[in-house]
Amino acid sequence: MSEIKEIKKRYLKSYELFENSLNGDRISSIGNLRKEAFGKFSELSFPTTKDEEWKYTSIAPLLEHNFVPSLNKKTLPKEKIKKFLFEDLESNVVVVVNGIYSEDLTSLRSIPKGVEIKSIAKAISSDSPLVKQHLGKYADFTTHIFTSLSTAFTKDGVLIHLPEGKVVEQPIHILFITDSGKEKLLVQPRNLFVAGKNSQVTIIEHFVNINSGIYFTNTVTEIVVGENAIVDHLRLQEESKSAFHISRMEVDQERTSNFSSHFISLGASLSRNEFNSRFNDEGGECMLNGLFLTEGNQLFDVHTLIDHAKPHCNSHEHYKGILNDVSRGVFNGKVIVRQDAQKTNAFQENNNIILSKEALVNTKPQLEIFADDVKCSHGATIGQLDKDAMFYLKSRGIGEETARTILIHAFASDVIRSVKVNAVRNYIEEILNSKFNPGDNN
Amino acid sequence: MLEIKNLHAKIEGKEILKGINLKINLGEVHAIMGPNGSGKSTLAQVLAGREEYEVTKGEVTYNGKNLLDLSPEDRAKEGLFLAFQYPVEIPGVSNTNLLKTALNEIRKYRGQEEVDAMEFLSLIKEKTKLVELDPQLLSRSVNEGFSGGEKKRNEIFQMAVLEPRLAILDETDSGLDIDALKIVAKGVNALKSKENSVVVVTHYQRLLNYIIPDFVHVLYKGKIVKSGSKELALELEEKGYDWIKEEKNELVTTD
Repeated sequence: MSEIKEIKKRYLKSYELFENSLNGDRISSIGNLRKEAFGKFSELSFPTTKDEEWKYTSIAPLLEHNFVPSLNKKTLPKEKIKKFLFEDLESNVVVVVNGIYSEDLTSLRSIPKGVEIKSIAKAISSDSPLVKQHLGKYADFTTHIFTSLSTAFTKDGVLIHLPEGKVVEQPIHILFITDSGKEKLLVQPRNLFVAGKNSQVTIIEHFVNINSGIYFTNTVTEIVVGENAIVDHLRLQEESKSAFHISRMEVDQERTSNFSSHFISLGASLSRNEFNSRFNDEGGECMLNGLFLTEGNQLFDVHTLIDHAKPHCNSHEHYKGILNDVSRGVFNGKVIVRQDAQKTNAFQENNNIILSKEALVNTKPQLEIFADDVKCSHGATIGQLDKDAMFYLKSRGIGEETARTILIHAFASDVIRSVKVNAVRNYIEEILNSKFNPGDNN
Repeated sequence: MLEIKNLHAKIEGKEILKGINLKINLGEVHAIMGPNGSGKSTLAQVLAGREEYEVTKGEVTYNGKNLLDLSPEDRAKEGLFLAFQYPVEIPGVSNTNLLKTALNEIRKYRGQEEVDAMEFLSLIKEKTKLVELDPQLLSRSVNEGFSGGEKKRNEIFQMAVLEPRLAILDETDSGLDIDALKIVAKGVNALKSKENSVVVVTHYQRLLNYIIPDFVHVLYKGKIVKSGSKELALELEEKGYDWIKEEKNELVTTD
């Protein structure tokens, strides 16, 4: 217990540092929000495996480290970011280094007039009405210690705003680069994406690292999908294998809006992801797809919640896991269909493949249905590569390694195919190839 | 080209093959018949290299090599092909992808160049005609949602593309209507040559009206108990397997 208090104390201390770093910004519109959140953070306790929501994920390894909040701007030469860019997808690149928006490395070439893409810090200091209206409004911090931590330390991140009717054709690729040297950084990018009525955008949140150090990313993204707007969200998590990644995404969906999320998770020793979407009005569509690959002693945890608060909405959720070595995976998919939400269609599936004897998955679908005229289904599978299929491929002259790659590809294929951005899809294919068929030179 | 000597094999502790002896020369067609549970499919699977079966005794020589030492994929590369009794469905892997990978692995092994996309396309187009396979099935996942007949035709189609030296057809005729049976047989006959051999494993004589065997063997309780010419198949069709069983049992009791 006293240890935990010590840990708390460390964070409290760093808050002083943080406040000093804000200078004049302290009195800005979200000054109170930060203070309130910090108050909550001091009150709340870190979750343990006794908490139902954290039953299979112990954050003890995270608490062992003394993380220092990243407060200062860090510059990187342009060449350093090149390897993180996707081929043919270089028109809109936003770069955030150690949680701080980098004006120098950001390059926005095909953004229609009126569309705003900028640093959250800038938006805060210029008292942006968007920030006032939306920031912290969806990701409730009062019961969630990591969100309270993020909110208390709100400093920088990415703001994207599409006014009514605006369409951004080229995807916006946001690179969150962490370059953590000897000091163990706490990096907390805080993002807000607001898509106005009838607008459309594709946003890629891409977490990468330089120097593969030990650091802690605690990120919160709030997304508002306005009436009839279309937001395609991709997240690629390629943190250092020694890093900790805690992320939360809160999506607010207005009438007949369409939100899709594709989440590919590869990195971090411990990652916990909470993706929540809420239908605030009728006719919305929500898709949550994910693919996670774990190896070594990685732990991947995703908790999703789709809140069907209104009628005539459709949600599709499909998560797939490929687990090797002694890694672990947790899938918890909650769907609430509220009393009003008649004519809801909600489908959920989670399939996992275990490649080793010791890997483990805990999967839990959670459907809470209070309406009576709805179609809901869920399914979960955990298995190994199909032995019959394996033998069939071998009997046709295909060697063990290639057969394995083919079957792993096949398993992941429907989730990969659902990624609409070609460059990203190809990139994922490449990762799978190099991971499971290192000797192949086809 | 293939010589099986005193082959014993078991699965889950149960002995299924109890001393098979069989010799197949190049250019020959052999039929292996027998009642259900006699070990026909086990023999086919053991030859293809299914790991679940344990060979406890005996040897198998194939093209001068010890077949039992080879992995399933190397057996295939050496020209052995098994048309499965129950072809496996593999969602997410297209027929074309499977075949192209397989063909190139085999060609690499033989020191041949890989086929390019154009060559491959024209090859598979030509071979689909042979078994009257709907070309639309090519881009679909392997056997997924195929009818029983389509699955069997797909096996023969794969055989046509891979051009094996020894093809083992495991009950390829089961469940086929007469038209499909004729198509399958036509395909096999077209592929038959002096340079390859075919083993037809079947429960019924029907298929042998279309694929004429040079030799017919009867497998019973894990042993070949009778061998003969194609007339033996007709005799079996007429009289069933009971007389063989009786003969065999008599033999056992007089031992």
